[in-house]
Amino acid sequence: MTDAPESLKTTALHALHRELGARMVPFAGYDMPVQYPAGIMKEHLHTREAASLFDVSHMGQGFLTASGGTNVAAALESLVPGDLVGLDAGQTRYTLLLNETGGILDDLMVTRAADDSWPGAVFLVVNAACKDADFAHIAEGLSGQATLTRAEDRSLLALQGPQAATALARLDPAAATQSFMTVRKATIDGHDCFVSRSGYTGEDGYEISVASDGAEALARRLLQEPEVAPAGLGARDTLRLEAGLCLYGSDIDTETTPIEAALTWVIGKRRRTDGGFPGADRILQQLQDGPPRRRVGLKPEGRAPARAHTVITDEAGTLIGEVTSGGHGPTVGGPIAMGYVDVAHAKAGTACNLVIRDRPVRAEIVKLPFVPLRYYRG
Amino acid sequence: MSTLYFTTDHEWIRVEDGVGTVGITDYAQQQLGDIVFVELPEAGRQAEKGGEIAVVESVKAASEVYAPVTGEIVEANAALVESPAAVNESPGEDGWFFKIKIANPAELDEMMDQAAYDEFVAGLD
Repeated sequence: MTDAPESLKTTALHALHRELGARMVPFAGYDMPVQYPAGIMKEHLHTREAASLFDVSHMGQGFLTASGGTNVAAALESLVPGDLVGLDAGQTRYTLLLNETGGILDDLMVTRAADDSWPGAVFLVVNAACKDADFAHIAEGLSGQATLTRAEDRSLLALQGPQAATALARLDPAAATQSFMTVRKATIDGHDCFVSRSGYTGEDGYEISVASDGAEALARRLLQEPEVAPAGLGARDTLRLEAGLCLYGSDIDTETTPIEAALTWVIGKRRRTDGGFPGADRILQQLQDGPPRRRVGLKPEGRAPARAHTVITDEAGTLIGEVTSGGHGPTVGGPIAMGYVDVAHAKAGTACNLVIRDRPVRAEIVKLPFVPLRYYRG
Repeated sequence: MSTLYFTTDHEWIRVEDGVGTVGITDYAQQQLGDIVFVELPEAGRQAEKGGEIAVVESVKAASEVYAPVTGEIVEANAALVESPAAVNESPGEDGWFFKIKIANPAELDEMMDQAAYDEFVAGLD
């Protein structure tokens, strides 16, 4: 057993990953498990059939505390297009940090505190690779209105799959009927947690924020449940791709707007009228006139995976776009991809070609997701 | 009587009557993980030692397979097209990639035998 390379950070579960036989890879500055001995395919299928435990502690967690009488949710609306003022206590929204031209700085989860006992009025979870920049951007943007406190001492465990509720409810009975996209405080096997009913696999499940000094014990306890097996970042990637969910840095970045990314639904109804978020002029113009290109699903014929940066052409061979995520979908049982195409070719059912190793492979524009989403709808 | 050789690119070649059957090693398939696609050369294609001759794709990524020797491809393992997982399940037998008519048998002299390859792999971890 070797230690992580010195330049990489580790999570509180690092020793457990090693003990479980994980293959570790560098990801966003962390030494993370890409897979365990079962392998990506089995870990993916187990998540769709039972429940898997993922270490997502590399992601950034933080709390926003109001300065004076500020409404933190209202203040944060100056940075994102979501309706945060309309969030109920304990409710979560998926939203986007935008730059001045409407490009996406990151995607994130924003939760309004359920009550005053939380460490802040708003709880944030952002991507690992973006967290330093995100938190600096938020702290600066809300300067004088709110204080950002990074929760560096917390880990994050994702328990995902159709049997996640059965497994977690044995330790935390309230988990069974917790609403989708809400967070509540809970004590699980003696550990104080924030339990979110959400995830990024397309399945029902939870993301559990726990103090890092209890994270390994909690992970071991969850792995004792008969439904639960460990899964790595490899399976997390194939699961989110099948679910049609964006990977920041691949499918969305500062060059893509929410409209182009087919994330129009994140723009709150009130905000479509009132604007007041970065890049609102361009985004609301695209909302009205349509974007020049759009993110779509792609289903290649045959078995060859089309990876990110594969060129997309129309049937005549004219360039119409590029793949941003692609590979093998274990549940689909074949290659799947997402990418951007000129809007004239974005309609589901349109035929196109993917240029794989200099040869055109026929593909069809398809609706996302590739598998039905199975979130808890109580 | 066949003889088995190995390359530092983790390919094996089993030579019998001047024809080599080529595949990737158990170590290679373990490193790649679940294999979901294999692209094979057509019979009649001329291969040059060290040149890209096939592609193997795992869930994670695509990797090149290099021709271990110079020669002419005489057959590809058509069964792999529909069942690429055979490379994981049986890398040294059912998971073979192609057969090649060896142009220059002296090229085999530079390769490792099983014992040398095992030692080579042991030194990688």
